Amino acid sequence: MKPDGTWLPIAEIAAKVQTGELKAVDLVEHSLKVIADKKEYDAIIATTADRARSRAKEIDARVATGEKVGRLAGVPFIAKDNYLVFGAETTAASNILKGFVAPYQATVIEKLEAEGAICVAKANLDAFAHGSSTENSDFMVTKNPHDTSRVAGGSSGGSAASVVLGMAPFALGSDTGGSIREPASWSGCVGYKPTYGLVSRSGVVAMASSTDVMGPLTRTVEDAALVLDVMAGRDELDGTTIERDPLGYDIATDTLDLKGKKIGVIKEYMGEGLQPGVRSAIEASIQKLRDAGAEVTEVSLPSLPMALAVYYIVVPAEVSSNLGRYDGQRFGYSYPDAQNLDESYFKSRGVGFGKEAKRRIMIGTYVLSSGYYDAYYKRAQTVRTKLINEFAAAFKSVDFLVGPTVPMTAFKIGQNVNDPLQMYLADIMTVAVNLVGTPAISVPAGESEGLPVGLQLMAAQRQDRDLLRLAKKTQELLYA
Amino acid sequence: MSKLSREEVLKLAQLARLALSEEEIDEFARELSEILQYVEQLQQVDINGLEPTNQVTGLVNVMREDVVHGYGYAPDDLLKNVPKVQDHMIKVKRMIG
Repeated sequence: MKPDGTWLPIAEIAAKVQTGELKAVDLVEHSLKVIADKKEYDAIIATTADRARSRAKEIDARVATGEKVGRLAGVPFIAKDNYLVFGAETTAASNILKGFVAPYQATVIEKLEAEGAICVAKANLDAFAHGSSTENSDFMVTKNPHDTSRVAGGSSGGSAASVVLGMAPFALGSDTGGSIREPASWSGCVGYKPTYGLVSRSGVVAMASSTDVMGPLTRTVEDAALVLDVMAGRDELDGTTIERDPLGYDIATDTLDLKGKKIGVIKEYMGEGLQPGVRSAIEASIQKLRDAGAEVTEVSLPSLPMALAVYYIVVPAEVSSNLGRYDGQRFGYSYPDAQNLDESYFKSRGVGFGKEAKRRIMIGTYVLSSGYYDAYYKRAQTVRTKLINEFAAAFKSVDFLVGPTVPMTAFKIGQNVNDPLQMYLADIMTVAVNLVGTPAISVPAGESEGLPVGLQLMAAQRQDRDLLRLAKKTQELLYA
Repeated sequence: MSKLSREEVLKLAQLARLALSEEEIDEFARELSEILQYVEQLQQVDINGLEPTNQVTGLVNVMREDVVHGYGYAPDDLLKNVPKVQDHMIKVKRMIG
């Protein structure tokens, strides 16, 4: 990971804004300047400059009166454009939502703003988060900060690139099948996927409701932990949210002793398909854990090779349901010359949606349709149970699981656009934990031929705090 | 099943209310066939004695008091993105008759 050299750790920024040593307005200007300077990477769909400047002024004024603003006082951040930010255009990178101005905002945005954070821009993504490269964005492809002929990853490609390029100290992403971890791995930053239900999904454009999670992308584990601590918690607007850990998630001062900790290397992730440079980076990282006293063993989860197939049945099914709301009647693109209601539905959706959205809607419609439901959807959800059981069994014998985040480094722009299935294979190591609901993090673990490699760490459901402690320790060992 | 016909693609498009171009129909027939072929592997898995999973939190009957909360948004604010509004209502084309 190349250090951006510009932003201090988030906790320090907030502390300095609180004492008046740093001014929120200056931080916002700096963010906007870097965003403008790095326009060529196409990480940002739009800035929320006016809104950010006025919030920054307000925060500096409150600080001047001695008011305690919050744990993220004056900290600029970038939100993936599937997060509704009040008063800002929110497109989910799809033409069907072009011009949609959010009339309310995501709970996560409310929580971050309540602690003084300032949203400065909306990041690019694959439209509706369907993808692994941002090549499915209806607007632009985000370039990899290390090599502009390659993708930054996806679907939170803009978020990952913006953090690595120094546009803001943190960005928000969403992870349904790896969309925070994969771009973090390919662009070279930390990407955290919480336990399902830990962070509210309210106000974030829904993709697959049983696997969608919201999480932070940052340069360091401590930053991710602090942001998560603000984001996490039960929300009455999201009935699938779970209780927080009573100890919270800010592990800045909490160290983990690796001696005696059992770490399982996932056998099915270390097989043939691994790019040699990725394999050596991962093995070298695991060796460092061993050297620090961890008991590293090989663990097998035999149903893992089925996870991608389960994912590409369950998720499109849920997508087909969630995208039913884009009907041209209440919000979003509405076909102007429709003669009747049916034509309005067909044409608003046919014209407004991009190819990948249509593909997923149709696969979902197929696997849920009468005559196919049992053979596809119900069967996939049952194999999902198998995966859940295997992960639970694994976590009885080890404390954490480890492996690569992605089998290869970032591919070239255009390489897989005509082969959807090939594109899906980038998710092969990330989808399982989404189906199972357990937390995972990708941390930078060196390079392969000049491109970043991510190490993926996993823990049992609700063990986010311990996972973050492990990740912090790993970060120390890898960058000692 | 291994190949999705044009007719099947059109049927799915009908169910999903998606207008497709001629080109899209053929393209999707090809691509969707490939994807469905890939997921066929699940037919071989032994799922004896297992129940399907619908959600992973284990939460049941999440309730709240039936009280109105003000979130600071007026109904008209929420109508701002509606294509056609009339008398504070969403106007749509005739549905019946």
